[in-house]
Amino acid sequence: MMRVSTDVFVVGAGGAGMYAAISAARAGADVILSDKSLISRGGATIMAQMTVASAVGHEEPDHWTHHLADTIEAGHGLCNEELSAILCEESVDRILEMDEWKVGWARVDGRMTQVHAPGHGLKRCVYVDYLNTGPAVARALRGEVAQRDGIRRASGLAVLEIVVQDGEAIGAVAVDVESGETVLVEAGAVVLAAGGLTKLYKRNSASINMGGESYAMALRAGAELIDMEFVQFFPIGHLAPRMVGMDPIMWDPFRYKVGGKLLNGEFEEFIHNYGATDGGTYTARRDLASYAIYKEVEEGRGSPHGGVWLSFEHIAEDVMKEKFGPMIKRLAKNGIDLQKQAVEVSPIAHYHMGGIRVNTEMETRVPGLFAAGEAVGGANGATRLSGNAIPEAFVFGERAGKFGAAYAKNRKRVSIDDQTASSVLSEPKAQLKKGAEPDGSATALMAELQELMWDKVGLFRTSEKLEQALERIREMQNDDLRNITIPDDEPFNQALLDWYELRAGLLCAESVTLAAINRKESRGAHQREDITDASPDLEINQTVELDGSDIITGWAEVPRISFALEEKQAAEI
Amino acid sequence: MSGNLKTTLKVYRGAEGEEPHYDQFDVPHEEGASVLDALVWVRENEDASLAFRYACVSANACKECMVLVDGKVNYACTARLSAGAVTVEPLANKTLIRDLVTDIVPPKERLGSAEEN
Ligand SMILES: Cc1cc2nc3c(=O)[nH]c(=O)nc-3n(C[C@H](O)[C@H](O)[C@H](O)COP(=O)(O)OP(=O)(O)OC[C@H]3O[C@@H](n4cnc5c(N)ncnc54)[C@H](O)[C@@H]3O)c2cc1C
Ligand code: FES
Repeated sequence: MMRVSTDVFVVGAGGAGMYAAISAARAGADVILSDKSLISRGGATIMAQMTVASAVGHEEPDHWTHHLADTIEAGHGLCNEELSAILCEESVDRILEMDEWKVGWARVDGRMTQVHAPGHGLKRCVYVDYLNTGPAVARALRGEVAQRDGIRRASGLAVLEIVVQDGEAIGAVAVDVESGETVLVEAGAVVLAAGGLTKLYKRNSASINMGGESYAMALRAGAELIDMEFVQFFPIGHLAPRMVGMDPIMWDPFRYKVGGKLLNGEFEEFIHNYGATDGGTYTARRDLASYAIYKEVEEGRGSPHGGVWLSFEHIAEDVMKEKFGPMIKRLAKNGIDLQKQAVEVSPIAHYHMGGIRVNTEMETRVPGLFAAGEAVGGANGATRLSGNAIPEAFVFGERAGKFGAAYAKNRKRVSIDDQTASSVLSEPKAQLKKGAEPDGSATALMAELQELMWDKVGLFRTSEKLEQALERIREMQNDDLRNITIPDDEPFNQALLDWYELRAGLLCAESVTLAAINRKESRGAHQREDITDASPDLEINQTVELDGSDIITGWAEVPRISFALEEKQAAEI
Repeated sequence: MSGNLKTTLKVYRGAEGEEPHYDQFDVPHEEGASVLDALVWVRENEDASLAFRYACVSANACKECMVLVDGKVNYACTARLSAGAVTVEPLANKTLIRDLVTDIVPPKERLGSAEEN
């Protein structure tokens, strides 16, 4: 067993975790930055290819209050406006700071290029060419992290449990993935920045490390979650043919820049049957496009893999080449010629609006436990504007690091006893059913959970499907999870990690499903086929907490602020 | 799906210091599938203890999935799975951890090494 001690322990090294580490170190704290995968590589940040929203006013005059108004409107009444305001205001500082750190935002004549993305009132979104935003962000932050003496990096450190004593977070139990050694981390403050949960859906844009462990660790530590029913689905995720080296959400700019046609399995346009006009341009709203695709598939008019066709065959070759030169080459490598064939697309789970409930200092209700990034719930309400997630990771990461460092400074570190560590590590064995020979696999069960969430807790929900899902999820928790074989003491024991991931995933799945059952309306990303209207009484947040092993849900007033729209200004260069 | 086409996947097994051996798995072959798809299929359906490293699945962003495919260095997620037979082995120039996992973590990103400094 290895024992380490630090002021601030950061769990997860994506955009949020790396920013938290930098800002904690800047505040004079010493930091351990961990990731179960490799620093900067394991999660969503490095996969993001598109845009980052920020009212920097380079392309046209803007002010963060306008960004805030757009964010609140997209949130369908549920944004924690205090958090949204922080996100929009501080996004400007963070984007400029990232610029100093040489992220390489696309520029023309010294001004950052900003594009219009759906839901924004003007051209607000910066990016790095070509479709390179995430890798560039990951590289810049990785470089900054490496330069700071106060940060110890721990790639391959999987965090299993936050340790709480007398109501305060005092550290964590983790395992060194390669050696299998247990690592006890004693910390003045812990920042949970381990990302979202979209992996829990069969069709997703996620990495393998996005199974909701942030949320489960927070719940088990005594923190609350909020808005768990709001999972964002992206309407035209790539489905087939199998394609490699491309972001599954890549078709969006293709479709709206040149106008791709959506066709059902019978090669007929269908969007107009659902009340939208699509006429060769990308004007159908995202939720409507998702609904139309879902319905075509449900009614047996889907494409062979269960989606619909997206076709650019009607667009002239030179237009495609001009707009997407390098991408056309990458597609050719995949054997795809858009001039000659359509591709199959389908809605996919893409982002989680819900998450850990925090105050404006990013602190949970457990003293010493902070959260940042997609792990945090509330800032985006019932749906997120495109381009708001990367700034959320930066802004909340920076704050969690800073306030975590301040908290740690005034606090004595507490030592964690060996007993705590061994009880966490022996959990998969302790939970085994007595008398029976275990023969299950967490890996196979995760695949089943993904199917279940997709079929029953996905885009369009009904009370019947949700109840069926809940029943199976609880059975998996009480039975299947207790019937899993895990090899002992192996280096890189993936099967062991999968057990903890499955346990976390089931807790998240239960939270999402219960919250979806309780929200008897359709709002934003939570759409119920059996109750299609929004209810004015439900303009209210839903909370989730753990009591023993039972999930308790409740309701909370939406935090609101009053603000005036300030005059838009162009940045001086 | 292209019917019942199969690929025979031959995979290096064993940890550092152990006598290695190869396991064979018959995996379904889908047009355009990657070697990574086949490895994931094995973990989900045949042997959950098979160790290999990857994160981003198909974006080719994380660069964690490098292995030897039929003797050549390649990303498991971009290497196409051919019908017939495919052999997957760990990188030869890195220290073996187990199965297909080698020591690719930069030394300064190791907690242990930091502690000793
Ligand atoms: C394909 C894709 C494209 C996107 N495009 C955009 C875009 O264009 N614009 C935009 O604004 N947003 C986009 N998003 C969303 C955005 O990328 C994410 O919301 C954001 O990057 C989240 O950052 P994060 O640091 O909170 O989490 P992540 O970047 O996901 O990092 C979390 C880290 O925690 C680690 N981790 C998980 N569990 C543990 C554990 N138990 N112990 C230790 N470490 C752990 C993971 O390995 C991972 O490295 C996209 C997302 C995806 C998936
Ligand atoms: S899985 Fe990420 S590069 Fe291959």
